[in-house]
Amino acid sequence: MPTPYDEMWEKLNLDLQAHEGLLAVLGKFYGDIYLTQDKRLKGMEYLDFVLSEVHGLRIKELQEAKAQSRKIIGTFCVFVPEEIILAANGVCVGLCAGAEIGKEAAEKILPRNTCALIKSFVGFKLARLCPFIESCDLVVGETTCDGKKKAYEIFADYAPVYVMEIPQMKNACDRDLWKAEIRRFKDKIEEITGNTITAEKLAAATTIVNDRRRALQRLNRLRAASPVPISGRDVLLINQVSFYDDPIRFTQQINKLCDELEERVKAHQGIVPENTPRLMLSGCPMAVPNWKLPYLIESSGAVIVGEESCIGTRNTRDLVEEKGQTVEEMLDALADRYMRIDCACFTPNTERLDNITAMAKDLKVNGVIHYGLSFCTPYATEAFKVEKALQAAGIPMLAIETDYSMEDVEQLKTRVEAFVEMVR
Amino acid sequence: MSEVKKTVAGIDIGSRSIELVVLENGKVVDSRRVPTTFDPLAQCRLLLADLPDLPMVATGYGRKLLVDGLPERRMTAITEIQAYALGSHHLYPEARTVLDIGGQDTKVIALSPAGKVLKFEMNDRCAAGTGKFLEFMATALQVPLPEFGDFALRADKRLQINSMCTVFAESEATSLMARGEKAANIALGLHLAIVQRTLAMLRRVSDTPPFLFAGGVAHNACMRVLLAEALAPPLIIPEEPDMVGALGAALYGRQQPAG
Repeated sequence: MPTPYDEMWEKLNLDLQAHEGLLAVLGKFYGDIYLTQDKRLKGMEYLDFVLSEVHGLRIKELQEAKAQSRKIIGTFCVFVPEEIILAANGVCVGLCAGAEIGKEAAEKILPRNTCALIKSFVGFKLARLCPFIESCDLVVGETTCDGKKKAYEIFADYAPVYVMEIPQMKNACDRDLWKAEIRRFKDKIEEITGNTITAEKLAAATTIVNDRRRALQRLNRLRAASPVPISGRDVLLINQVSFYDDPIRFTQQINKLCDELEERVKAHQGIVPENTPRLMLSGCPMAVPNWKLPYLIESSGAVIVGEESCIGTRNTRDLVEEKGQTVEEMLDALADRYMRIDCACFTPNTERLDNITAMAKDLKVNGVIHYGLSFCTPYATEAFKVEKALQAAGIPMLAIETDYSMEDVEQLKTRVEAFVEMVR
Repeated sequence: MSEVKKTVAGIDIGSRSIELVVLENGKVVDSRRVPTTFDPLAQCRLLLADLPDLPMVATGYGRKLLVDGLPERRMTAITEIQAYALGSHHLYPEARTVLDIGGQDTKVIALSPAGKVLKFEMNDRCAAGTGKFLEFMATALQVPLPEFGDFALRADKRLQINSMCTVFAESEATSLMARGEKAANIALGLHLAIVQRTLAMLRRVSDTPPFLFAGGVAHNACMRVLLAEALAPPLIIPEEPDMVGALGAALYGRQQPAG
């Protein structure tokens, strides 16, 4: 079926036929998982709209930005300081990596036992199905795990890749390395955009990103109410969309949604009965359209009230301090804020254990479901420590390891249902 | 308050067989079993054909199929974890760790003294180390499945078989045969491989005795001997180890308010 975007997609060299198929599947999947929900907030219509136009209107906006010589910078990780990109008048987009796309093609250039997320971003590129990647002037990788680190070397044959080195420990010398990496990144972004990052621009960019974090923090506070006023699926979607929507517009919309949520909380209205078991997700990120586990959990008589994940609180918990006057002071504030990220690629990573336990207690959850992508060694290994820490706090945990395929859905259902029966 | 006669049924739809238990005032008055086949719903209809309209609880991997497929019945569903926990605790209240090896999955459940599930683990999508694995290997060695355990106990040597994947284990067994190893020794090696894998899972979940061994594989003599050898005594094996799930489901139905 022809769409108003065909010409644009063709220019971006997408595989039009396969792309049409992808959008159809995505639309159906979204309809089943999202649009069937009861008592949904009015404010979610914005998210429905953004998602329905994810490869349409948003891509058109990116092309318009490009026409005004703005640069599009793609990222895969919450370590990449978006503030730097915005300060240079660039557009930052988180890239698609949540669907099993182009798996066969990806497995030709990557080992089969690579995690689904890595296979997905490589597959999207090889299958020519992601208009975001195709719009990017630069794709920023990072050395969070061995799988990604080595995959970027191969990916560089297909896309303009730049890699940031993420330290693996949190000593003073690691912080120095990270500060140097932020400076190197700033130089690169200045070079590619042709814009100099001034203190004024960096301060404004920092406020934009912090405002978005504040809006998402507000959402997280409100959704924790009992009875739960919004589904975990919806909150995950909001977090997912935060990675590629225009940050200022997104923040306004989410604040509006939060106003509505506030009313709902005041009126003691929930989407599920008050005694519904409250669960928290913890672990690997869930990129669009990876809604498999949240949907399964919320179809098993439980509700999700928190996401301890990169597409969740790991991305929104900490703000950048806005006191700095000079670029140097602001870069320091950025370095400090990003060094607080508790990714499993760090050793030791005790702050993550503390954060998970504190979050589980704050949210008064009945249990935690730890989600690991198959072949993700950092999170799979850390899951053992997380379980121990939670056990000490008297909070039950279920560890799930899966990928984007649907073949294990029945087995997962049994385990999730049994866990819900157990914590109820 | 006068005692109301309460009759409930529990059905466990497993990958290999379907079991039914009917409870009347807490006593088992009927228990049956049929193979699952490729049409479990038809098998369930057959199994339930002569039963009156009574509250039923389905468990096992086919539980949803039954709830959706037999709308004429008063049917609810619980997971096999809860069913095995309830059944085990009812039969042996002292049991603290339940090991259930069925046709396509293995479960370990840690129970509180009151019979509450404290923790559990299940194997994931792969059926390695389950009844299915034994079935494949018995066929490869041309031994009827019901005799496979006794056959393995006739071994005179403990061989190590490293592979747990059915396909790889079969080729490992084939190379052992080619080396002239006795079939019974290979059979024992295969059983040992399952036990090792099972014990690893068990120890992750709970090390607390007494252990209860249930599920269809608990009929296998060699598995019973090897597990009893490895675990702190006593190893409890119910008289009908594959009926524990259906019993648990029926017990769950009994707890529910009438209606």
